[in-house]
Amino acid sequence: MGLRLFPVQASTISVETDHLLYFLLAVAAFFSLLIFAAIFYFAIRYRRRSERDLPHAVHGGMALEILWTVIPLGLTMVMFGWGASIFFKESRPPDNSMQIYVVAKQWMWKLQHMEGQREINELHVPLGRPIRLTMTSEDVIHSFYVPAFRVKQDVVPGRYSTIWFEPTKAGRYHLFCAEYCGTNHSRMGGWVDVMEPQDYQAWLNGGAAMGSLAAGGQKLFESLACGNCHKPDGSGRCPSLVGLYGRTVQLASGGIVQADEAYIRESILNPQAKIVAGFQPLMPTFQGLVTEEGVLELIEYIKSLSPASGTQVGGNGLMPEPNTLKNSSQETPAPIERPGNR
Amino acid sequence: MNNAVVPQRENYLNASYGLKSWLLTKDHKRIALLYLFTITLFFALGGVFATLIRVELLSPNGHLMSSDTYNKMFTMHGVVMIFFFLIPSIPAVIGNFVLPMMIGARDLAFPRINLLSWYLLVIGGALAIFAMVSGGVDTGWTFYTPYSTSYSNTWVIATALGIFVAGFSSILTGLNFIVTVHRMRAPGMTWFRMPLFVWAHYATSVIQVLGTPVLAVTLVLVFCERVFHIGLFDPALGGDPVLFQHLFWFYSHPAVYIMVLPAMGVLSELVSTFSRKPVFGYKIVAFSSVAIAVLGFLVWGHHLFVSGQSLYAGMVFSFLSFFVAIPSAIKVFNWTATLYKGSISYATPMLYAFGFIGLFTIGGLTGLFVASLGIDVHVTDTYFVVAHFHYIMVGGAIMAYLGALHFWWPKMTGRMYPEAWARLSALIIFLGFNLTFFPQFILGYLGMPRRYHTYPDEFQVLHVLSTAGASVLAVGYLLPLIYFAWSLRYGAVAGANPWGATGLEWQTASPPPVHNFDQIPVVDYEAYDYSRVVGEEIAVG
Repeated sequence: MGLRLFPVQASTISVETDHLLYFLLAVAAFFSLLIFAAIFYFAIRYRRRSERDLPHAVHGGMALEILWTVIPLGLTMVMFGWGASIFFKESRPPDNSMQIYVVAKQWMWKLQHMEGQREINELHVPLGRPIRLTMTSEDVIHSFYVPAFRVKQDVVPGRYSTIWFEPTKAGRYHLFCAEYCGTNHSRMGGWVDVMEPQDYQAWLNGGAAMGSLAAGGQKLFESLACGNCHKPDGSGRCPSLVGLYGRTVQLASGGIVQADEAYIRESILNPQAKIVAGFQPLMPTFQGLVTEEGVLELIEYIKSLSPASGTQVGGNGLMPEPNTLKNSSQETPAPIERPGNR
Repeated sequence: MNNAVVPQRENYLNASYGLKSWLLTKDHKRIALLYLFTITLFFALGGVFATLIRVELLSPNGHLMSSDTYNKMFTMHGVVMIFFFLIPSIPAVIGNFVLPMMIGARDLAFPRINLLSWYLLVIGGALAIFAMVSGGVDTGWTFYTPYSTSYSNTWVIATALGIFVAGFSSILTGLNFIVTVHRMRAPGMTWFRMPLFVWAHYATSVIQVLGTPVLAVTLVLVFCERVFHIGLFDPALGGDPVLFQHLFWFYSHPAVYIMVLPAMGVLSELVSTFSRKPVFGYKIVAFSSVAIAVLGFLVWGHHLFVSGQSLYAGMVFSFLSFFVAIPSAIKVFNWTATLYKGSISYATPMLYAFGFIGLFTIGGLTGLFVASLGIDVHVTDTYFVVAHFHYIMVGGAIMAYLGALHFWWPKMTGRMYPEAWARLSALIIFLGFNLTFFPQFILGYLGMPRRYHTYPDEFQVLHVLSTAGASVLAVGYLLPLIYFAWSLRYGAVAGANPWGATGLEWQTASPPPVHNFDQIPVVDYEAYDYSRVVGEEIAVG
């Protein structure tokens, strides 16, 4: 392999990031050359000719000071605004993003597609679609990094972090762990395979016939007997989960909370943290009984419990879940049903 | 020291003899030499770790050591270089030696505390070395949780304890400098007559006193979680791992300025002395040191752009980080303007000053890249960051430290070092440094993560270049060690003021008498007034 000096651009953000880089490089080159040239010129032009040289003392000049304060300040504010606008975009996954879950552990990446495909250290994604990853770690902090996409996000135990990218070029790109995580940190890598949409569909179809994530979640829900208390019609000892996802929940403590992935995860692993108004703190913790992947399956199952029930996985106003590449690679996003607005 | 060759008047070196006279000394100059000896050992130790890292990275698959060993190498390189070399380097050696003399004082305000702070560094260093020989530590110098508290099976506590103790050394030195500058100035030595070196050290001391306790607290919390399993940072125990990062960087970002502000102070002295002009914009340069110290406390969150802190926190920290760049830029412009129509000498300290300005400019400008959110997401935790901070800490702080050692060597020892060898080594260091670290910017933008024992083949060429540079750099660092030692016996005898410099430390003998001045100077002139020294110096030198 030859000597490469610049990384491949394989996502929409990579192009924007590189444009900002060119600007920064131009500014840096200009000021470096200005300083170097001035130093070289002065050092030669004003070299000491006699030990008795006594140059005229100059104590400063306000005009110059203001000039070289204001110009760098202006330039850095451009850098700030430009960089922040890219960051803002990087932090907001588009509404039609395809959801994939990531669970990191020492020293591997476990990736789960909505359709049920599971991968380790290799992620297949279709070209031209925004992909949103929801990530957590089972142990220490890791960081999901794909240089060709110019994106990176720490994967922190105990919480969900998200990252998104839209691949623009088919190919195989390095996936690295960028946050030091112990012995095999440098081997905690893999590949992101960006495929043409039809190839991706073929890959999905060729995968082992596992149920979707939501179906896995349903099995888990049943085996853990969650339904004994969380009855769908609300007659159980615990709140009904139908239409929960995306709704705001009134808490016994008086506050309200948005029922997002992090809330559901916390309610499974640490149920006493937030008690729903009108209910008793009866639920035991499932910490240790459910893996991070199991929690993700349960979340997907709960998301699928929309009041209209059965037909379509639900979403919410904020982050609609695009589910479903099931019916071929067509780009029309699935119809989104809003959960009941109680 | 050979006193037979030159009949010498009594000075701080020959006033008393014996180990006890050194280990129990309260003389700031002797304590400075104790520090010099100690941190030179630590620099060599950190250098050995760096060498092993660079040799290992010649090959993409690492054949020399295991991953665990490699992880310990970069951890111990960072711990030793930062806490036991860079932080004490300029303040504790150069500052200790010259700061009291620069303001016309006979010693620091608290000579016993000064000695205590050296002992604390030695005790802390001994603990860290104990941890290293017992098996080492592998958390990275950043001790990120929950890895450091719940997962690492290495000597985390012993190392953290060593850093904890050494931190008090830093706090006490800072405290001593602050009180000394307030209370011990000679008659007429007003704040705006002080050399800029003193201003820079004053600003540094404020950071040391205010920032280091936070590090101590953080390390205690790590201890509590690791030993008593109190849930602070590990989510499995109910803690928050990102909280650790906030606490750690609240100290460790200002710590960057503990390393670089004193270097800036040195630069002002060197640039002025060797161009025989007052520093352009004295007050602006003085206040920019203070501005850096204050703003430096408000930017820690730029280490957490991808850690999961909120989007808006990221934006605020990015915004503030650009502000801290401005006073640094102002200093560079002012030093450059100082050269204009000066009388510029190419003596070794000035070569280091030129090198500093060049490398610090690159290090500072690449700081803008990492302050910019869009770029930082891509380059954080890669070799780009490694290159950036080595340009600041090695290209900046160590170049200035070496420049300072050469500049004040005649004052400290009464001898000149061999000029030709010194210039050669300055050149070797400059070239070796760039060859080592410039390729790392490219590696980083390509996506090579830091702290990687193995790496994809396509990065090898740049790693080999970097290792080649490191070999050159090693030669550059060995040379001064040899010729400085040589000069103690064979160097030409230095006069009181061999450079024609204006600081009060040059108005007393080389080496200075025990109490610095035969008579406390009275200052009725501004800093950097070369009309007072040019001519006089010819006779002495």
